[in-house]
Formats: sequence, structure tokens, C-alpha cells
Amino acid sequence: MITIKSLHKKFGKLVVLDGLDLDIKKGGIFAILGPNGSGKTTLIKSILGMVIPNKGDIELDGKSILKKWEYRNNINYLPQIANFPANLSVSELIEMVKNLRPKEAKERELIDLFGLRPFMKKKLGHLSGGTKQKVNLVLTFMFESDLIILDEPTTGLDPIALIYLKELINKEREKGKTILITTHIMSFVDEMADEIVFLLDGKIYFKGSVDELKKQTEQENLEHAIAQLISKQYA
Amino acid sequence: MLKILKYSIFDLLRSRWSYVYFVFYLLISFSLFFLNNDIDKAIITLMNIIIILVPLIGTIFGVMYYYNSKEFTELLLAQPIKRSKIFMGQYIGISLSLTLSLVLGIGIPFVFYGLFKSSAIFDFSLLLLVGAFLNFIFVALAYNIAISTDNKIKGFGFAILMWLMFAVVYDAVFMIFLIKFNEYPLDKFTLVATMANPIDLSRILIMLKLDASALLGYTGAVMKQFYGTYLGVLVSMSTLSFWILIPLFRMRRKLRKKDF
Repeated sequence: MITIKSLHKKFGKLVVLDGLDLDIKKGGIFAILGPNGSGKTTLIKSILGMVIPNKGDIELDGKSILKKWEYRNNINYLPQIANFPANLSVSELIEMVKNLRPKEAKERELIDLFGLRPFMKKKLGHLSGGTKQKVNLVLTFMFESDLIILDEPTTGLDPIALIYLKELINKEREKGKTILITTHIMSFVDEMADEIVFLLDGKIYFKGSVDELKKQTEQENLEHAIAQLISKQYA
Repeated sequence: MLKILKYSIFDLLRSRWSYVYFVFYLLISFSLFFLNNDIDKAIITLMNIIIILVPLIGTIFGVMYYYNSKEFTELLLAQPIKRSKIFMGQYIGISLSLTLSLVLGIGIPFVFYGLFKSSAIFDFSLLLLVGAFLNFIFVALAYNIAISTDNKIKGFGFAILMWLMFAVVYDAVFMIFLIKFNEYPLDKFTLVATMANPIDLSRILIMLKLDASALLGYTGAVMKQFYGTYLGVLVSMSTLSFWILIPLFRMRRKLRKKDF
């Protein structure tokens, strides 16, 4: 599905991605983990074409995506911070994003699922952070795409919305979609992820299943296993 | 691109500032036409306001819109749209909505006073055309500055400085130069120097159309000779167009390498 070959990215003098190689096969939930500033968001944004790498190549289904844009029609992306134009209403925003994609959207059920009906006519500037995140989720999940990228999807969600989100993600997995998630909530990873991709110093430090990680670090608990990986950076 | 354009105009037309700007022009031109019997004089006063204010508002609006819609732009960047189209759509959206405020704000009083049948209609349309050009030029310059720096304060600072250069400092330096070298023939130099600043070029274009060139002495005569001809109009219009095209060209190049 995704093949990344020796990806380099510098911001000024700061090296964020340092010859990163990654191969992600089709289907399943992949958790991209790593300490703050390890390049998780940069990696995701490179796949989306928002960050332009200095060196290296990214292929989706065998085709290089650098300098292209049509391929994004097959990616759903949930950005980390949801800030929408304050003057538009929720329904106008949804209509607009629908308009931009030559694809069918199934926003109705999602709006009902997250209980957004009463907010449809409200201006986006007047919504709370959690409600904005729900709108953000509707925008992300209303299209059918093979690749789904979620950057910190749990931010600001109440427990019920969180359960719905997990159900949504699992449903997409059953359909054979590839789902990339970054998060700092380890219980979420433990529960959901098929595979963990651990970034450190701009490279892939570990890639494998949760059980493999626990075995390798000799820890029972995922949180401690991850902490042990991170502590190597501080050592 | 049209979809982005549609939504940014939609968004801007709902913002309070577009209306403040529109009402401001409405009030200014109503009072000017009301107080002045001489339509030429009213147009000159209006020109003096437009030539300073349009670049300033265009600059501020351009920079402000870019920084304010940053997160939303990121959302658009993840959609299957070409990068340059997103920014061109936004750019044309701001420039058009500002031009709309200007044209309606000045146009309504003009029509209201029944000046459509008067001979001033040509001078007046030139004024609007130049105003539109200035809008498009300065929003393009402002977008260039905003794209070049992610630091909001720095972006605003540079943008205001840019406006100050074109609106005030350029003329001052130009004047000092003319006085210092006044023994030399400077008519050609003056001609080129006015071309190099879109604000000066716009001012000269309108002044000459209003037959105020007699006030400008020998250089005025040289200018009249040049700008008065079809060639002159053609050259000055294409210079104004270049002032839009060159910043847009640079913007596209910058966008190709920019990270969001």
C-alpha cells in the first residue's frame, strides 16, 4: 500500500526525518508512535503532500505521489487541530468539502451518530472544541477511501463519542482499509492497533505487533514498553 | 479553483469588514459629490484617497486573510486539489470582494447623482479600473509576504513596511533625487521611475486624463505626450498587469516548495 524509501526532511537546521524507510501493507490499523518531535506529523504530512521532502520517495500502490494531487481523492485525513472558517455553518462546511471531492458521501448517518443535528445551522466559530472535533470526524469518515489517516483522533471527545469512534475505525478495518493513527493514548493503541510503528530520531525504531513489542522490551504493559523505548532517547 | 473562489467570496461577504469598507466609500463619495460642484475636483480628491487607501487595505486584508485561514487551508490541502489552485482561488476571492466594495461604494453615489450621462464617465471608469488594479496588485504582494513567513507579526510588519515604501518613502526619495539632479535632463528618468511604482503610475494616469498635467510643467508635457498616446496607455496598462503577474508567478514558485 505505502512504500517509503529513505525519506529525508529538514526544517532549517533541524533534521526531522533522517532516511526513513517504511513499508505498510494493505489492510489493518497501524499506530504511529514516538516521543514529541519525533516526526510523526511530518511523516503523515509528507504522505499527504503537505510537507515536501528533501530527499527520498513515497509510493502509493507502486506509484510515486511526489508533486501529484489526484491521489488524495483516495485518502481521508483527520488533522490534529480543527479550526474552520468561523463564518460558515456546519452544514455549509460539509457541503463545501463534499463539493471538492468527486465522490459520494455518506454524511447523514455520521451526523446522527455523533448527535450533530442540533448544530448543523450553527456557525463553526461558536462550537466547543469537542463538537468541532466531531465535525472533523464527520468530514473524515464520510468518504470511502482505501487509506485513512488520523492525527490524534481522540482529542476532546467525550467517552460516548470515543466508543463510536472506535466502532467506526473497526468497521473500516473490516472493510479492508488501511488506517494510520498517531496518538499518545496507549490504552487506545493497545485496544485498536494491529501493528506499531515507532519513530525515533527520524527513523523507524521498531515495527511490529503489540505482542512483539512487549516481548522485545520484556514488559507486560504497553505503556511501560513504549516508555522503555522512549527512555533510550534520553539515555 | 472556482469552488475555492466561491467559498472565499462567500466567507468574506459575510465578514463585517467588507461592509465597513463598503460603507466608508459610500459615505466619502456621497459627501464629496454633495460638497463639490466641480466633478473633476471630486474625482481628484477621490483619487487621492483611493490611491493611498486601496493599497493599504488590500495589504492588510491580504495578510490577515492568509494567516486567519491557515488551518482551513491545511484542510483544503489534504483534499484532491492542486496547491496553486487553492491559493489562486483565495487570492482572487479577496481581491474581487475588495474591488466589489470599492466599485459599489463609489459607483452608487455616482449613479445616484445622475453622472452617467456626463462626460466624467470616462474619468470615473478609469478611476475604478485603477482602483481594481491596485487591489489586485497589493493583495498579490501581501500574499507573497505572508507565504514567505509563518511568523504573523513579522508578516504584518513587512506588509505595512512594503505599503509605506510604495506610498510614502518612494515619492520622498524620488523628490530628493529630482531636486539634487535638477540640472540634468530627467524627463526619461521620471517616466521610468513612475512606472516602477504602481501607486505613482496610477496617480499619473488619472491626473493626465483630468487635464491637470499643465500643473506638472515640462515633465508633465513629456508625460502627457507619452501616456496620452495609445502606446502610452498600452504600456502603462501592461505595466500594471505585470505588477500583478510577477508577484503571482513568485507565489506559485514559492508554493511548490512550501511545507504546511
